[in-house]
Amino acid sequence: MNRINQVLSELKSQGRKALVTYIVCGDPRPEQTVQSMHALVEGGADIIELGVPFSDPMAEGPVIQKAHERALEHGTSLKDAMACVKQFREQDARTPVVLMGYANPVERFGYSAFAQAAKAAGVDALLTVDLPPEEALALDQELKANELENIFLIAPTTAPARTKEICELASGFVYYVSFRGVTGASQLDADEVAEKVSQIREVAHTPVLVGFGIKDASSAKAVGACSDGVVVGSALVNIMAQADASAEQINTQLKALVQSLRTALDEL
Amino acid sequence: MTDKKNVDYQAMPDSRGHFGPYGGRFVSETLIYALDELDAIYSRLKDDEAFQAEFDKDLAHYVGRPSPIYVAERLSARVGGAKIALKREDLNHTGAHKVNNTIGQALLAKHTGKTRVIAETGAGQHGVATATVAARLGLECVVYMGSEDVKRQALNVYRMKLLGATVVPVESGSRTLKDAMNEAMRDWVTNVENTFYIIGTVAGPHPYPQLVRDFNSVVGREARRQSLDMFGRLPDALVACVGGGSNAIGLFHPMLEDEQVQMFGVEAGGDGLETGRHAAPLNDGRPGVLHGNRTYLMEDENGQIIETHSISAGLDYPGVGPEHSWLKDIGRVNYVTANDDEAMNAFRQLTQVEGIMPALESSHAVAYGMKLAAELDKDDIVLVNLSGRGDKDILTVAQIDGIDV
Repeated sequence: MNRINQVLSELKSQGRKALVTYIVCGDPRPEQTVQSMHALVEGGADIIELGVPFSDPMAEGPVIQKAHERALEHGTSLKDAMACVKQFREQDARTPVVLMGYANPVERFGYSAFAQAAKAAGVDALLTVDLPPEEALALDQELKANELENIFLIAPTTAPARTKEICELASGFVYYVSFRGVTGASQLDADEVAEKVSQIREVAHTPVLVGFGIKDASSAKAVGACSDGVVVGSALVNIMAQADASAEQINTQLKALVQSLRTALDEL
Repeated sequence: MTDKKNVDYQAMPDSRGHFGPYGGRFVSETLIYALDELDAIYSRLKDDEAFQAEFDKDLAHYVGRPSPIYVAERLSARVGGAKIALKREDLNHTGAHKVNNTIGQALLAKHTGKTRVIAETGAGQHGVATATVAARLGLECVVYMGSEDVKRQALNVYRMKLLGATVVPVESGSRTLKDAMNEAMRDWVTNVENTFYIIGTVAGPHPYPQLVRDFNSVVGREARRQSLDMFGRLPDALVACVGGGSNAIGLFHPMLEDEQVQMFGVEAGGDGLETGRHAAPLNDGRPGVLHGNRTYLMEDENGQIIETHSISAGLDYPGVGPEHSWLKDIGRVNYVTANDDEAMNAFRQLTQVEGIMPALESSHAVAYGMKLAAELDKDDIVLVNLSGRGDKDILTVAQIDGIDV
C-alpha cells in the first residue's frame, strides 16, 4: 500500500482528520525547504504538499504568487523539488509527499521521465492545477505505471455528473476547492462546504479533503467537521514571507501553527 | 508533413477544442463549468440566423465594415516587385481588428445574462475595444493590464477610463500581457457566476480560440470577395502579424482551402532571433502549456515562461494561438519574423509614401510584405493585413526619435 492510502486509512481507523500542509519548494531559500518539511511533520502534519514554483501560477492568490516568485529568484525547478523530497526521505520514510504545481514544468520534463524520477525520489502523488481529467490521460498512465497517485480537484461549480466521473478517476484523495476564487482568499462558507462534501462522499471511493481558505484553528475545525481532512497553504506560506526571519524562527512558527491546527482537528 | 489536400480545416477544432495536439482546456476545475456554458451557448448561436444578423448589423453600422482593400501603388513601386495591397482594418471603429471579436463576445455575454465583463490587454487595443462595447451595452468593465504596459500605453489607459472601464495595473511576474492574462483568469475564477471573460486573442482554453477566430474571420471572407472583385483572382500571398494571432487567423482561415494562396504569419523578431530577445515562439519556441491551451511557447529548460521582447506591446507575448501551432506543423502557413528595426522602417515608409500610419504590430506585417514583394513578379499580389492604426504608438516612436511630445 502506498504512503497516502496507508496514512489516510490509519487516520480513519483512529477517527481522526487528515492535516495536509503546503509550502513552496525553494521559498524563501532552497536550503531551508527540507528542514521546513520536517518542522511541518513535527507539528503534526499528516501529508506534505510541496509546491513546485511556476512563472505563471494562475490559480494562486497574492501570498502564494509571491512565494513562487521568491523560489524562482533562486532558480528552483521541478528537478530541485524532487531532490528535496529525496533528501527529506533520508529522515522520513513515512510521511506522504504530494507535488503540487502547474502542467508546463511537467510537460517540459517529459511525462514518462517525470513519473520515473518522482517515484525514485520518494514522491507519492502529483496534483496539477491546470490539468483537468480530460487533458490528464497521458500523464495519468505514466503516473499509474510508476504507482504514483493523481490528485484531482473538484470545485463548487463542478456539476454532479462530472463530480462522479472525477471521483471514479481519482486515487489517493479528492481535493475539494472550498470556494470560487484563488488560494488564500477568505470566503469560506462552512455550511456550503458541508453540503457539497456530503454530495461528493456519496460518489467518492477515496477520502475527501478540503482546501482553500483554511487559515487557523477555527476554520480548520469547521471544515474538518464535515470532511476527511483539510489542506492549509497560504497561512503557512505567510510565515515564509518574513524577510528578516531566520530559518529557525520560521520553522518554529510553522510548527506552532501546525500544532494549533492539529489540536483543533483532534478535538473533533 | 501531412498531405494538405486531405486536411479538413473546417473540422478544427474537435469537440474538445484540439487542433491536432494543440489547444484543449488546461484550466483549474472551477472554470470548466463556465467554459462548458460558453461552448454550449456558442454552439447554439453560431449557426443561428438572428444572432448572425445582429453581429453583421453591428459590424456594418457600428464598426464600419466592410473595410476596404487599398493598393499601395507608391510603396509597391518603391519596393519594385509584386503589387502590395492592404486590408484596411485600421479604419475600423477603435482603430484595429480587435473590435470584430469584442462585438461578437459582447453579444454572447448579453445572451448569457452576465452583467460584468473583464479583459486582459497588452498595448491596450483590446482593452479599448472591450471598454467600448461594454459602454455601448451598459456592462461593468474591468481591464487587467501589466503595470509596465500601463506606463508604455498611457493614452489607451486614459481612453479606457473615459469609456467607463476600471483599469487594474498588474504588479506580478513580468508585469506585461501574460501577467494581465493570469490576473484576468484569477478574477474570472472568483467572479465566474456574473462575469464574462472577453479574451482578446485566439489563445486561451476552448472554445475561445475557435470563437475569436470565427468572429475575426469576417476579415478573410471580405478580403477573398474583394480580391475577386478587384483583381479577378485571389492574392498570391497573405501576410499578417502574429502575437496571439487573431488578425492573422481571421485573414487566413477563410482561404486555407485555396491552395494557390501562400500564407505568412510574421512574429516579432525583437532584437533578432539570434539574440534570444524576441517574441517568436513559432520560430524559436517549443510546445508547452500556458493560459489554458497547449501551444508553442517561449520557455526555459525548466518549463518556466520567459520574458519576451518586442517594440510592439501587442506582440509581446510568449505564447500563440493553438491553431497557428497546428498550421505551422502541417506546413500550411509559413511563420517568419520581422525585427524591431525592420518594423520601424516599414512604419516610416508606409507613413511617408502612402500617408498611412500603421500600428507597430501591423508594421511587422508590412515589413515582411515588402521583403516578400521584392522577391516576386510585378504581376503578383501580396495582401498585407493592416490590422491597426498607429496613433497609439506615436509616443513610442517619438521616444525612439528622441523627441519629447
